[in-house]
Amino acid sequence: MSTDLSSAPRRGLSHWLSTDEITSGRQAAAQRAYWGFVGFMGNPLAVIGALIILLLIISAAFAPLVATHDPIAQNLRAALQPPSAANWFGTDELGRDIYSRIVYGARITLTIVVLVSVIVGPIGLFVGMLAGFVGGWTDRILMRITDIFLSFPSLVLALAFAAALGPGLENAVIAIALTAWPPIARLARAETLTIRSSDFIAAARLVGASRLRLLFRHVLPLCLPSVIVRLCLNMAGIILTAAGLGFLGLGAQPPSPEWGAMTSAGRRFMLDSWWVVTMPGSAILIVSLAFNLFGDGLRDLLDPRHSK
Amino acid sequence: MTAPMLEVENLSLHLGEGTRRRLILDGVSFSLKPGESFGLAGESGSGKSTVLRCIAGLYRHWTGTIRLDGEPLAARPEKDRCRLVQMVFQDPYGSLHPRHKIDTILAEPLRIHGMGDVDRRVDRILTQVGLGPRFRYRYPHQLSGGQRQRVAIARALMLEPRILLLDEPTSALDVSIQAEILNLLADLRTELDLTFLLVSHDLAVIEHMCHSLAIMRAGRIVETLSRETLAHGTPEASYTAALIKASERYDRELAGVLARED
Repeated sequence: MSTDLSSAPRRGLSHWLSTDEITSGRQAAAQRAYWGFVGFMGNPLAVIGALIILLLIISAAFAPLVATHDPIAQNLRAALQPPSAANWFGTDELGRDIYSRIVYGARITLTIVVLVSVIVGPIGLFVGMLAGFVGGWTDRILMRITDIFLSFPSLVLALAFAAALGPGLENAVIAIALTAWPPIARLARAETLTIRSSDFIAAARLVGASRLRLLFRHVLPLCLPSVIVRLCLNMAGIILTAAGLGFLGLGAQPPSPEWGAMTSAGRRFMLDSWWVVTMPGSAILIVSLAFNLFGDGLRDLLDPRHSK
Repeated sequence: MTAPMLEVENLSLHLGEGTRRRLILDGVSFSLKPGESFGLAGESGSGKSTVLRCIAGLYRHWTGTIRLDGEPLAARPEKDRCRLVQMVFQDPYGSLHPRHKIDTILAEPLRIHGMGDVDRRVDRILTQVGLGPRFRYRYPHQLSGGQRQRVAIARALMLEPRILLLDEPTSALDVSIQAEILNLLADLRTELDLTFLLVSHDLAVIEHMCHSLAIMRAGRIVETLSRETLAHGTPEASYTAALIKASERYDRELAGVLARED
């Protein structure tokens, strides 16, 4: 929001955002967004989560500016140095600056999280909505497929895929996506089932709405909030699975600064040089926690059943 | 003798499968002249709302004949039916999409049927149902129950139908609001020359709104009678008499009689 508004127009703006006399669709949308924002700001933990995620995004976008060293430049004379003014989080066994590696690692973490969510969200939503809305045999077949994927332990399936397709970031993303969509599909199906039999769907059918229109204009907007919340809460799990794959050497490959791989490489020096494992480990912990807090706040905001 | 606007002949419907298959409607017949207002009364579970859902096309596996304006329902294209028959639901809290603005709700029928002049039509209908254009960009959760039901009525009128199916349009509303909505409906009927089929368990509402009515019980029509017969309390069937008596006051003995008839 611009700060150069004098007090009079600003009163005009807040009036515009809270008045009952709504004169356009844009104003209605702005009011909705504004009051949602006000509600979100009332939840301090969610705000902390959002700030950490924002920090993660900024450090990923501006990594060269935020980092103090080259993340892959080795300096064997300065190996395993404890945290100091020169190396804020210390150095690893090859003398690389851990702080800079964590900053660049944010890029990898964000890439994985965004890619998995972009793949998993639409697939889960589409499969779930279709199964719930069409019902009958479509429902049975789609849900059994979902059950099959759901009954694999996710890390083991991801491991098998990474092993079959070869280790690497892209394969890790595919492997995680394969195990992450079934819960979304189930959620979307459950939501669709409750929506399908409601009167407003009957009313829309009565005015001649096509099935496609019902699905995308009427069912989708009601499924979307819970799916977004679920995706957000899933991101913590995605980060952990990615870190787990990295730890086992099946995710991002050296020398790329993936947090899980850093933890894995540092475990040999854990007893003498605690910072090598602790720093990337804390990064994983804090970012996962931030996504969980943010997701919880988002649920309070978006899910009508939880709001007052 | 004018041709009937809506004619239902021997309408039967089963719901459920296998051993849970139940006969919901059993040979229901009645007919409405253009501009008439006809009531369906009965206890809950007697199948009166189901009749409306069959006519509206929400159930499709019924047997019998439903004729709209002389033509069988099955022979009409779906869009044709939408523009002839619309329905107002019982619960105004469940019949409006919670994330659509009033504007979206009212404009949707027009967009589906490719009718132009959306802005003017939406504003006009909002005025017609007594809300006014300032309600246009609100969400349903910002409206009261009575206001929501007015929006639901407005949506049903968007396609300019000739028959309005009213499924207990006031029973979910506050007593003070009920009369307002009923008067609005009565005004709209004369103004727009609509034919009403009103379902209610409240005989007073039916007496206020309808020229004649049918009493339903267990999926069958027990008796068809005029408003005068209802007002004078001289029906033929004993069940109707008991129902009329029950609507006047609560009577322990009468409740026993009604229960024994099952």
